[in-house]
Amino acid sequence: MDKVLMKGNEAIAEAAIKAGCDCFFGYPITPQNEVPEYMAKHMAKSGGVFIQAESEVAAINMVYGASGAGFRVMTSTSSPGMALKQEGISYLVGAELPAVIVNISRGGPGLGSIQSSQSDYFQVTRGGGNGDYRIIVFAPSSIQEAVDLTAKAFDLADYYRNPVIVLGDGMIGQMMEPVEFYLTKNRTLPTKDWATTGTNGERKPNIINSLALVSEDLERHNYKLQKKYDEMEEKEVMYETHKMQGAEIVLVAYGTTSRITKNAIDSLRESGIKAGLIRPITLWPFPNKAFNEIPKPAKSILVVEMSMGQMIDDVRIANEGRLPIHFHGRPGGMIPTPEEIVEKAKEIVGGAK
Amino acid sequence: MATEKIIMAGFGGQGIMSMGQLLTYAGMIEDKQVSWSPSYGPEMRGGTANCSVIVSDSLIGSPIINNDATASVVMNLPSLLKFEKQVIKGGNLVVNSSLIEKKAERKDLNVYYVAANEIATEIGNNKVANMVILGAYIELTKIVSQESIVEAMKKVFGPSKQHLVELNKEALKCGAKEV
Repeated sequence: MDKVLMKGNEAIAEAAIKAGCDCFFGYPITPQNEVPEYMAKHMAKSGGVFIQAESEVAAINMVYGASGAGFRVMTSTSSPGMALKQEGISYLVGAELPAVIVNISRGGPGLGSIQSSQSDYFQVTRGGGNGDYRIIVFAPSSIQEAVDLTAKAFDLADYYRNPVIVLGDGMIGQMMEPVEFYLTKNRTLPTKDWATTGTNGERKPNIINSLALVSEDLERHNYKLQKKYDEMEEKEVMYETHKMQGAEIVLVAYGTTSRITKNAIDSLRESGIKAGLIRPITLWPFPNKAFNEIPKPAKSILVVEMSMGQMIDDVRIANEGRLPIHFHGRPGGMIPTPEEIVEKAKEIVGGAK
Repeated sequence: MATEKIIMAGFGGQGIMSMGQLLTYAGMIEDKQVSWSPSYGPEMRGGTANCSVIVSDSLIGSPIINNDATASVVMNLPSLLKFEKQVIKGGNLVVNSSLIEKKAERKDLNVYYVAANEIATEIGNNKVANMVILGAYIELTKIVSQESIVEAMKKVFGPSKQHLVELNKEALKCGAKEV
């Protein structure tokens, strides 16, 4: 298929439709509005359902209902809206329901701003819902990757019977890049024999539920869920390394920030400083492996985020105390410049010598 | 051409975003690497509007232009004041002289004055001023061809607006003659 030029939000919506999304439920919030806008226009044409819910809470619970009935379901929102969905996300996990949840994040806390930010890292990787739960989180850094990962998110959600989050910062939602849509089927998915599709009087009713009052039962359920998280950690880690060979300083960044960091790496290398990049594509499971493979000459790590430093916690865990970790971040919807990153890296390398 | 980083700016309603999108689309048609990022905010018709377009032969890292624009195309006075200073030394500055009386202050830029609104009105519609100035810009840099922009129009405008392609094409041509 030919390349088309699309906004990130529209491309994510089109990718969802192409992936067979049956139902979309959402509530407007900038900077993700083009997702529901596109869905409103195109869902009916593809035989699907679009509903603008009365709130984010309603939308995530509609997701619960439709997913329980066996449909492929998506919702999208931005940071404060994501906060409202947390209870529903925990219930989806508890009831083992697949769903794709898109968060095109903006500055916080509170209502914050509508500009691009990465301060939802804790929210998506740790979660604001109750209970022991884990969710695969994709963090695309280009529109093409956003498209590919959205399609993959539907498959993984069905495969694990667990929600999957696609986290893009506002830039990913708003910018335009060429994209291609191609269908990739890389895993066989189980049939949804658990869904509430009507018994026809031929089988016992299926029940979708996250309540288990007998502690022994709930313990067993948690062990079962944990097995799925273990499998995700083993199989679903994704990351990119860039110019890591011989790197003396390793930068770590995801999403839009990783692209700015790549520019910084080019100019650091021009001035004789060997810098490389680890870019987590799944924020959970976090690519710990990439940190075990950091080459010998590396003397320090520099984490760059559009936040006050949230991913830095995971970098500390992955680093296992081997290298000193530094941080550069811009919160509140401000975007770090390559120059700032270069300056910070030079300061670190200079100090290490 | 290695990498062109262009800021396009004006007020809401001047077709700034469409002008940027057409340039981006045309770059894509010519198999170049492209990105388009809008400024977005709580803005409305008449408010400020700008977008950053990158067209390159090599992969694009950051889609953000940060005081390293190779060109600014400015359609109103606040845009001139804001974006003249973001162009690199020796870069291009294309100014809509119909709406901007002020001259550029910097001496280290190639500055072009195009009376985009007057020209657009002469050929029949004030609204194609954006295509006049885009025509001028691509003529100076040859970053994409006029034909590719016209191809892009056919795709971007949609079936209901195909009758506008001819007028827009004419606007590009008139703009090109100005530089």
